[in-house]
Amino acid sequence: MTTYDDSGLAPSEREGLGRRLSTFFYRHPRVRLWTLLALPVGWLVLVYFGSLFVLLLSSFWDTDSFTSEVVHEFTLENFQRIFEQDVFRNVAWRTIQMAVFVTIADVVLAFPIAYFMARVASPRTRDILVVLILVPLWANYLVKAYAWRTILSEGGVINWALDPFGLHFDGLSTVGLWLVFTYLWLPFMILPIYAGLERIPTSFLEASADLGGRSFTTFARVILPLAFPAIVAGSIFTFCLTLGDYIAPGLITSEQFIGTVIYNIRGEALPTAAAFSLVPIAVVLVYLLVARRLGAFESL
Amino acid sequence: MKGRTTRGARWAALGLIVAALCVVAAGCGGGDDDGDGGVSTAVEGLGTSLEEIQSLAREEGEVNVVQWAGYAQLTDEFTAATGCAVNTKDGASSDDMISLIQTGAYDGVSASGNASVRLMATGEVAPIDTDLVPNYADVQEGIKNQDYNSLDGQPYGVPHGRGPNYLMFRNDIVPEDTDSWSIIWEDDGLQEYAGKISIYDDSIFIADAAVYLKATQPDLGIDSPYQLNEEQFDAAVALLDKQAAAGLNYWPGDVAKQVAEYTNGDSVVGTTWPYQYVQLTGADPPVPVTAIKPVEGTTGWSDTWMLYSKAENPNCMYLWMNHMISPEAQAAVAEGFGEAPVNLKACELTENTNHCDDYHADDEAWWEDVYYWTTPVEDCGDDDDSTTCKTQEAWEAAWTEIKG
Repeated sequence: MTTYDDSGLAPSEREGLGRRLSTFFYRHPRVRLWTLLALPVGWLVLVYFGSLFVLLLSSFWDTDSFTSEVVHEFTLENFQRIFEQDVFRNVAWRTIQMAVFVTIADVVLAFPIAYFMARVASPRTRDILVVLILVPLWANYLVKAYAWRTILSEGGVINWALDPFGLHFDGLSTVGLWLVFTYLWLPFMILPIYAGLERIPTSFLEASADLGGRSFTTFARVILPLAFPAIVAGSIFTFCLTLGDYIAPGLITSEQFIGTVIYNIRGEALPTAAAFSLVPIAVVLVYLLVARRLGAFESL
Repeated sequence: MKGRTTRGARWAALGLIVAALCVVAAGCGGGDDDGDGGVSTAVEGLGTSLEEIQSLAREEGEVNVVQWAGYAQLTDEFTAATGCAVNTKDGASSDDMISLIQTGAYDGVSASGNASVRLMATGEVAPIDTDLVPNYADVQEGIKNQDYNSLDGQPYGVPHGRGPNYLMFRNDIVPEDTDSWSIIWEDDGLQEYAGKISIYDDSIFIADAAVYLKATQPDLGIDSPYQLNEEQFDAAVALLDKQAAAGLNYWPGDVAKQVAEYTNGDSVVGTTWPYQYVQLTGADPPVPVTAIKPVEGTTGWSDTWMLYSKAENPNCMYLWMNHMISPEAQAAVAEGFGEAPVNLKACELTENTNHCDDYHADDEAWWEDVYYWTTPVEDCGDDDDSTTCKTQEAWEAAWTEIKG
């Protein structure tokens, strides 16, 4: 570059590689776009869809009955097993029920909290509440699940409190698991509802009051319909997270759920596990389609 | 026209994606061809003499092993002597161990019979040259060259130790003179301790039902609890179904979970490894538990340290196998895990001088009704060709159904 001034070349010839590249990309906007997208799209297609595709593919493979090794022979046996054996149907149904009940419980708990934060609390209280709701998310999920085991167990705090009244709660059960899930996923429900409620203009509520709407009417006919997409958005988290979890069910109950079955059979019957894992994927896809219909994606 | 070209481009893009995915799938699917079955103990990178192994091990500098919780002992001493740092990964079940070994990230494994038989068959573990494992000479002869640690007389590893699966109970809740598995199989016990029965979560537990049936229903004609024909298998599954209906706590090889349950009283009776018994009685304060081999006999294991056939650090693994059957390590394992050593020189080194007698290390008669884990296969092992037995696959499927 020291010879810059006396090179005697035209400006375009003096330009370096970077300059020429940028000119090239300016002239070819499509190439520019795809070059920019190559990495993320490549990641999405190969790593994300690629692994899903391999999962789908392995559900059509067979295993050696002695060594449990995967044999690359096409078979529909895995799907046959899943549809014909009661246990897989029962487990899938139990898991979906659990996901539904957890979602309902979380909505019931989250809505008043979110409403208080969005409409009642002072800005200072609101900030404190947001932090308090987020804090548990920083603690490791495993620690929380194990802590719940201690709380629910025979000598745990719940039974310690119930004991003087001669009562006993079998915590390490499906009901206990429902409590654990409801606790674990609650923040994922509060935050979308809070965001949704905050977006409702105060003028709407005033208008409702001016038109003679009592508080319940305003709630049922103004607030709830406007907040509904946010509730559905939150339910996507609680529903899907419950559907796929395998650690909490393994720790809290002896009942099998989709996640625990996949985890348990993956070593010996990988193709069947792969086939079974398509069940929650299908359920979630249906759920997302319904959620989209209900406008949940606009509230995310 | 424009619409058509765009659509064409889209199809082309889709085609490319599918093609790319097929490449991925083919990459994952191919390979794995076994070589010829000749028994050569050569492993790539392995020294041919003990001296060479020792010097190559210093270059490797580490060994990665899959183990049952609590197996690796005196690792610091081993590292100081050989230069190989020891990294351990606990397996929760034999199936878990097989999948871990198949990742290719480990040099060896402490395999029980229901894993070792499969690993030898698939060629995932290598035959070993016992001349390069000096301590092998001290291993009890009765445990060498068994069908779970050798193939056609060729050893595939070194024995680690053996032990029974105990019946363990809280002796402040369950009668102290309990001496039979009936407490976890028959109605009285199932009703009394419903919801507080601790069961190992693995299909191999079906054999525990078979052991009980072998003793209580001789009409079924069960010989080995791992070779069950249709009728015997159905009887075992029926027994397990009845048990599962009572409410169980499964422990999926997660030792800490079971120890916590017995400590809290969430579980009061069930099946366990000696390791948990040692932990519970050694806790502060000690948990009041008793562990016994019931009158019907029990399942158990005789484990083997095996070398992964494509091990990255075969020299360190050879030294590790030699270390684990040294008298010092054997003594530490025997007391730490609660099992019988296979190198009886260890008996002089245990802190409890009676350990070997307590664990019947040299008392073959005691082990006669301990049925070591092995892989269920189609061949029933009898002369009758017309009967077939349930395979591992069937055991696995049944176990998922039993848990419901």
